[in-house]
Amino acid sequence: MSSIDLTTVRPAVQAIVHAYHGKSTHLLQMLWRVQEKYSYIPELAIDSLAGELNLPRAQIAGVAGFYSFFHQQPRGQYDILFSDNIIEQMQGKVELMAYMLKKLGVQCGQPRPDGRVTVDNTSCIGMSDQGPAILINGHTIARLTKSRIDTIVDLINYQVTLAEWPKEFFEVHSNIQRKHILLGGYFEAGSALQVMLKKGADLSLAELGHSGLRGCGGAGFKTESKWLICRNTPADEHIVICNADEGEPGTFKDRILMQRYADLMFEGMTLCGYIINAKKGFLYLRGEYRFLLESLEAVLDRRRKDGLLGDNILDTPGFSFDIEIHLGAGGYICGAEIALIESIEGNRGIPRRRPPPFPVTQGYLGKPTVVNNVETFALATKVMVDGAERFNTLGTAQSKGTKLISISGDCDRPGIYEFPFGITVREVLEACGAQEVQAVQNSGAAGYCISPEEFDRRLCFEDLNTTGSFMIFNRTRDLMDLVRNFANFFVHESCGFCTPCRVGTSLLQQYIEKFVSGNGNAYDLQEMATLSHLIKTTSHCGLGMTAANYVQDTMKKFPQLYQKRFKSGSSLSPSFDLDAALNEARKLTKRTDASAHL
Amino acid sequence: MAKKLRVATASLAGCFGCHMAFLDIDEQLLELLKYIEFDRTPLTDIKHCGPCDIGILEGGLCNAENVHVLQEFRDNCKILIALGACSLNGGVPAMRNNFTLQECLEESYLNAIGAENPHIPDDPEIPLLLNKVHPIYEVVKIDYFLPGCPPSGDAIWAFLSDLLAGKTEIKLPHQLLHYD
Amino acid sequence: MTQYDITIDGQKVSFTEGQTIMDAALAAGIYIPHLCHHPEFAPHGSCRVCTVTVNGRNTTACNTRAMPDQVVLNNTKELEATRRAIVQMLFVEGNHLCPGCEKTGNCQLQAIGYYVGMLTPHYTHFYPIRAVDASHPDVAIDFNRCILCELCVRASRDADHKNVFALSGRGLKTHLIVNSPTGKLADTNFAVTDKAAQVCPVGAILHKRQAFVIPIGERLYDRQPINLVGDLAQSNPQGATTHG
Repeated sequence: MSSIDLTTVRPAVQAIVHAYHGKSTHLLQMLWRVQEKYSYIPELAIDSLAGELNLPRAQIAGVAGFYSFFHQQPRGQYDILFSDNIIEQMQGKVELMAYMLKKLGVQCGQPRPDGRVTVDNTSCIGMSDQGPAILINGHTIARLTKSRIDTIVDLINYQVTLAEWPKEFFEVHSNIQRKHILLGGYFEAGSALQVMLKKGADLSLAELGHSGLRGCGGAGFKTESKWLICRNTPADEHIVICNADEGEPGTFKDRILMQRYADLMFEGMTLCGYIINAKKGFLYLRGEYRFLLESLEAVLDRRRKDGLLGDNILDTPGFSFDIEIHLGAGGYICGAEIALIESIEGNRGIPRRRPPPFPVTQGYLGKPTVVNNVETFALATKVMVDGAERFNTLGTAQSKGTKLISISGDCDRPGIYEFPFGITVREVLEACGAQEVQAVQNSGAAGYCISPEEFDRRLCFEDLNTTGSFMIFNRTRDLMDLVRNFANFFVHESCGFCTPCRVGTSLLQQYIEKFVSGNGNAYDLQEMATLSHLIKTTSHCGLGMTAANYVQDTMKKFPQLYQKRFKSGSSLSPSFDLDAALNEARKLTKRTDASAHL
Repeated sequence: MAKKLRVATASLAGCFGCHMAFLDIDEQLLELLKYIEFDRTPLTDIKHCGPCDIGILEGGLCNAENVHVLQEFRDNCKILIALGACSLNGGVPAMRNNFTLQECLEESYLNAIGAENPHIPDDPEIPLLLNKVHPIYEVVKIDYFLPGCPPSGDAIWAFLSDLLAGKTEIKLPHQLLHYD
Repeated sequence: MTQYDITIDGQKVSFTEGQTIMDAALAAGIYIPHLCHHPEFAPHGSCRVCTVTVNGRNTTACNTRAMPDQVVLNNTKELEATRRAIVQMLFVEGNHLCPGCEKTGNCQLQAIGYYVGMLTPHYTHFYPIRAVDASHPDVAIDFNRCILCELCVRASRDADHKNVFALSGRGLKTHLIVNSPTGKLADTNFAVTDKAAQVCPVGAILHKRQAFVIPIGERLYDRQPINLVGDLAQSNPQGATTHG
C-alpha cells in the first residue's frame, strides 16, 4: 500500500484551514479537502486540525467518525461505492457488484493490497431511475452494465485518471417525463426577484400565503408562516438553508431540479433572504450529489456576475444575499433539519436539540433560520413569477399546486413526473406504464408500503402524504427483499443517539434475517410487532419514529410474506445458526465427525 | 395427595453455584420433596431426562453438548426455568466472547506456560466449543427466569413456592432480585 | 415566580416556567427512572428510560417542558414494559456481566433493571468486542459497559472544561473516545477528582483501588431500590469516590 508522506500533512492542513478562514463551522468541508488529498483522514490530520482550530481532537475525530463518506483508514486510489437501493438490487446490482469484485480481485470494503481500489456499498445515491449506479471518488456513474464494468476495471488497472475516462460514463440523465407549472415554461433568472422587489416583501409574502405553498420535505408546514415567523424573530442575523439532502431511497427529484433548474432554487432562496432579512444562505448538498458541485458553483458565479447575488442585488440598496454550498458526507439523518443544522455548524449530524425552539426561531448558530427543501424554494420562485392563482387553482383543499414524484422500479417509463396534488396512486401507475403491481413504496424507506387495495388513494397532505419517492414492485418481486434492504438501511443510517433506534433497528434486522433464513415463526412475528411499536413510540426523532414503518406496513398488508416463511413444528428456533456456531472449532480441530455438527 | 411433580436439573456452562444455592434452601428441601421428585439431576445420576413437569437449567451455552442437553430439556419439560446469570447472559464464561475462539484455544493449549505437547484437543469425545457463549433463551423458549450469581436460596425458594402454588406471573421483591 | 400545575399519575405537581417534567417530578419527590439525566447538566434525552405519557403521547420527561394542565402518566404497566425493553436493549448492546463488575450494587442501569422488574435481557446479545483502558493511574475505563449517556462528555466539557471525552462512530458503532492522540486516558489531563469521574451511571468509568471498599451485598442498591434512594451521585455527593 502506498503510504503518505506525513511531513506534508501539517502544512496541507494549515492551508486548508486558512482557505476556510479558520472557521470551525466548515469542519466538514475541511475534512473533505483532507480526504481528497490522502484518500482518508490520517490521525495526524486530526491532530493538526485540532491545533489549527483550537478544538479538542476527539471532537474532530468524532465528526470524522460519524459520516459514512469519511474514512479513517486508507482507501483505494479509486474508491467505489455501489448504491444499495432495493430498486438497484432489482436492476442487477448484486450480481454486477460481485462481478466487479471478482474482476478487480478485491474484497468488499477492503482496499486491494496494492492500494489501487476499494469497492463497498452505500445507501441510495438518487439514481434509481437509471441504476445500478456507483460513486467513484465521489463522482456518479449510472446505468452500469457488465461491459461498462469491464471498461472500468481496465481503466483502474491501467491507472487512468478519472478525467480521462469516457465522458459518457459520467452522464446523468434527467428523465423528465411530465412537466407542469414547476418544470414547464421558460424561466428568466432574476424575474422573480424583480416581481418581488416591485411588490415589496409584505405583499410577496402574502402572495406566497395565497398560493397555499407548503413545505415539500414531508412535514408540509406552510411556507408563508415559516418565513413570517423567522422574519418576526428579532436577531442580528437571519439564515436561509436549502435542504438538498434528499436521502430517502428512491427519490431523485431534487437532483433534477439542481441539474436543470438550479436558478429556480437559488432564486427562491434569495427571495426568502430578502423577505426574512437574511444575508446568508446555505445549500446543504448531499455528498452523494458531489458531481453537481461544479455546475452549481458555476450557476452561483453567474448569478453574482448578473447582480442576482452579492451586495445590492438588482441595484437595490441594502439587498445583500449570498449562498454558500456545504457538501454533506453521507448521512441520511442530515435530511432532518435539526441534524442538518448541526452538520452545517461542523458537528456530528445528531438531532441533539429537541424542539421547541424550532430552527425558525433558533437555528444555525442560534439564529432564526428558514430551512426549506429544494422543491419548496423552486416553487416559491414560480409562485412569484406566475402568481398565486395559477398555483392554488391546482390540487386539493389542503394541498395546492403540484408535486414532483420520482418514479422508479417496475414500470416502462421511470423518471420525474410533475402532477397536481390529489392524483391517485392508480393514475400515477398508469402514467408511468406500470403493470401487475404488487406494491408501491411511497416516500422511501421511512414512508408507506401501499397495497393494490389502496391504489385509489390520493397523493396529498390530507390522504397519502408523499415526499416524492415512488418505488414500484410488480408481482414477480419478493417483497422480503425490500424488507431486508430497508432493515439494512436503517441499521446503517440510525445516528445512534437514542437507545430504541440505535439498538432496535439492529434487533429488527435480526428478526428479519431469521425469516429470510426460514427460521422465523409466529412468536418472532409478535416480537417484531412489539419491537416496532416500541421504536416508533420511544425514539428521539423522526428517523426512529418511522424506522419501523416498513415492518408494520408489510406485516399488516402483506402478512403472507412472513407466514409463508414460518418454520414448522417448533415453538422457537435459535436466534443464531447452531451448526455455523461450531465452524471455528471445526476449523481449529479439523474434526469432521458427526458430533462435530449441530 | 396429588401426584408429585417431576423435576429435572442440569448445569450447562455454569459452575454448579446455582445448584449449591438450590441446596441452600436447607430444610425447605424436605418441604419441597413433598411436592416434587427428581428426574435427571446431578444428585440422581440419571443420564437423560424423561418427561418432566419442570426443568431447571443453570449455565449458558459454550459447547455442542450444552446445546444437546438444552434441547433434551426443552423437549421433555413442560416448564423450563433459566436459573442464574450465566443462563441469562452467558455470565462469566461469556467473558471469552471478547476474544476469538482461536485466541482462547491458542492461549490455553498452545501458548500456556508449562504446556507439554502443545496442541488443540481434537478428540471426538470432547464437545466442540461454540464460537461465542450464549444465554439459553437465544436457542429455546424459556418460561421463567431467575437472575443472580447465584440467586440466593431465599430467592429460589420464594420462586419455587410461588410456582408450585400455581402463580403464573412471579415477581420477586427488591431484596431477592439481584443480577450479581 | 408563577406556579403552575401538572398531574403525574393523578397527583398534582407544581412547576415554574422553564422547568421540565423531570425537574418538576424530582422537586416533588416523584421518581421517574433515568440514566442519561443529571440535574446539574443540560437535559440530553438519549437513553429514553424516562419515557412518560403526556396527554396520550409518549415523550421523555427530561427534555419535555412542563406545561400547565399536562396529564402525565409515569407509573403504569405499559410504561414499565416500555422502560424494561429499553433497559434490555442497553444490556444486550454492551457486555454487562454484573457478577464480574466492581460497580455492581452501585450501578444505575442494574438498579433500574430491578426497578422495572427485568428478569432477563430478552433480546439477542450483540457481544461487541470492546477494549479496557487501564492506562490512567487512578481511573480505568471499561468500554464494555458504556451506555453512551454522554454524562462524562458533558461533565468534562461543561464542569471540568477539559473536553476529555467525545463520541465517535454512528448507529450501533457509536462509541466513546478519549481526547488524546493515543486514545488513552493516561495521555489526557484527566484527574480522578474531575466531575467527569463521578458521573458515570454504570461501571464504565471506575476509580482504581476502590473496588471492594463497600462489600458486595451492602451497596446502595443492594440495600434499597433506586426509586427510594435516587441516583448514586445524589445519594452520596461527597463520597462518590468510594462508590466501589
